[in-house]
Amino acid sequence: MHRDVGAQRSRQRMPAEVLLRATHLTRRFGGLVAVDRVSLDLACDQIHAVIGTNGAGKSTLVNVLAGEIAATSGKVELLGRDATGWPQPRRARGGLGRSYQRTTLFPRFTVFENCRLAAQANDQRPWNWWSPAANAESSNALAHDALLRSGLASFATRLAGTLAHGQQRQLEIAMCLATAPRILLLDEPLAGMAAEESERMLDMLAGLKPGHAILLVEHDMDAVFRVADRITVMVNGTVLASGDPASVRSNPEVQAAYLGDVTGEPA
Amino acid sequence: MSASRLPELAGIVLLATFPWFGGKFYVDLAETIMISAIFALSLELLVGMSGLVSFGHAAFFGVAAYAVVLLSPRSEALPLLIALPSAVLAAAAYALVVGSLSLRTRGIYFIMVTLAFAQMAYYVLHDTKLGGGSDGIYLYVKPVLALAGTPLLDLDRPLPFYYVTLASLVVTFALLATLARSRFGRALAGIRANEQRMRAAGYSTYPYKLAAFTLGGALAGLAGFLYAVKDGFVNPEILAWQQSGVVLLMIILGGIGNLRGAVIGAFALVLLKELFQSEALFGAFARHWQLPLGLAIIAFVAVLPEGLIGLASRRRRAAVAAAHAG
Repeated sequence: MHRDVGAQRSRQRMPAEVLLRATHLTRRFGGLVAVDRVSLDLACDQIHAVIGTNGAGKSTLVNVLAGEIAATSGKVELLGRDATGWPQPRRARGGLGRSYQRTTLFPRFTVFENCRLAAQANDQRPWNWWSPAANAESSNALAHDALLRSGLASFATRLAGTLAHGQQRQLEIAMCLATAPRILLLDEPLAGMAAEESERMLDMLAGLKPGHAILLVEHDMDAVFRVADRITVMVNGTVLASGDPASVRSNPEVQAAYLGDVTGEPA
Repeated sequence: MSASRLPELAGIVLLATFPWFGGKFYVDLAETIMISAIFALSLELLVGMSGLVSFGHAAFFGVAAYAVVLLSPRSEALPLLIALPSAVLAAAAYALVVGSLSLRTRGIYFIMVTLAFAQMAYYVLHDTKLGGGSDGIYLYVKPVLALAGTPLLDLDRPLPFYYVTLASLVVTFALLATLARSRFGRALAGIRANEQRMRAAGYSTYPYKLAAFTLGGALAGLAGFLYAVKDGFVNPEILAWQQSGVVLLMIILGGIGNLRGAVIGAFALVLLKELFQSEALFGAFARHWQLPLGLAIIAFVAVLPEGLIGLASRRRRAAVAAAHAG
């Protein structure tokens, strides 16, 4: 009964430009409905967090939005265009970047080359077999910019596999940024991070808001309530509630189903 | 040329001058090694550069070898400018077909599908009269490059053939080395490391893999062309799965992920085979050369998991460690 509430609210209250709109997205695995008629809007300059217990369908939702898993039904619009039938690479080139829950770097490449390879996706020239990739100016510029924005510029020449865990998570985001996306789908970017590393990452995420629509899947509730502009709560594949952090925090259904102690704390 | 290319330059100079001091037997052996090296490099493009472990690579070698023999008239030479492109294109076309289907699978299934396609080609040539059946077929007159009736390059003569083979090896190596640094090559390296991440960045990976597979087939075809012209005879055994295994062994022995490794592996495997086949050294036991060759390969792989090329990097690491300790 709450499935469309989030989408309706977001349409009513958000004047910001909607960069990604999901309508009634459903994904079934046999008899299991992992994502059940979920609707949500990702607006520019905002962080939209998706929270829920393990198995709530958050990661599947990210995978369906990214095009990694096909939706059983429903619609995905990317920058106003119907992208439902687009495979993942086309969605990525269309402005949708994603990071993974598990770090997925190219460990034997340098930090810079990880970003350059991601940036090169926008200027692939696969039949140019003669010019070195290192001479691709536009990719170099995007990679350089991504490293600056993610605070990894001083590690550019290090092999990605030799970075500390927190830095690898930063590089994961930097690789997303290098593709110059408008929408970022970030699947648990704080996973496994120490407190100090988490702080750095949260600062970085806040800095990325201008010009981007960010979907943040995260288990760390303190972090979510600190940085999110909107929060969608998922339970068993459906949207239980969606709205600004204050309304979600005070929602009795959310309190009963998920937040528990967190809501008991003074706001 | 940068200092890092000095080993290649030294190798080219050595091979270019070899016919002047090497005997006929050794020049012939050098040709076999160079053809094997081209074949190994073509597989290195798939396995080392793209992460595609093909176990049917001999098919492309064999299709090109058969193409040149079947296209050549019995009594006159086929122009080289027809023979060579035809053979390479035949191999590339077969690779395009095999790749377009097999690349829809991954891992062990990919290995099995490539093997199945190679065995299909093997049985077509073995069990039909298309290429002389299991007896094989002869190339009576070798291709010639002629201008207005004047032969410029006759591959029936030993020296021109030697230098054409050397030039083919140099061009193959240079092409792959250039390719590896290009955007195409880096994308292949990314696909090898993490295909899903590449798709998430915006790469449609299938066309990349298909292009690499087809180019790998074409280069294997170049080796097959040279093989057919060198020996003047082809039989279905050159397409058999054992040949696909041997070329895979070459790049494992040399060191996967390194073009020099593929060339060194081809040298090492051909020379080891010659060594263990030598009756002068092993007497009657030379008939059982596969046994010591197998044991030698097991020993090499056990001692040098990075392949023979790993010896050089191991020495470099030891030197760096010694310098730091000092």
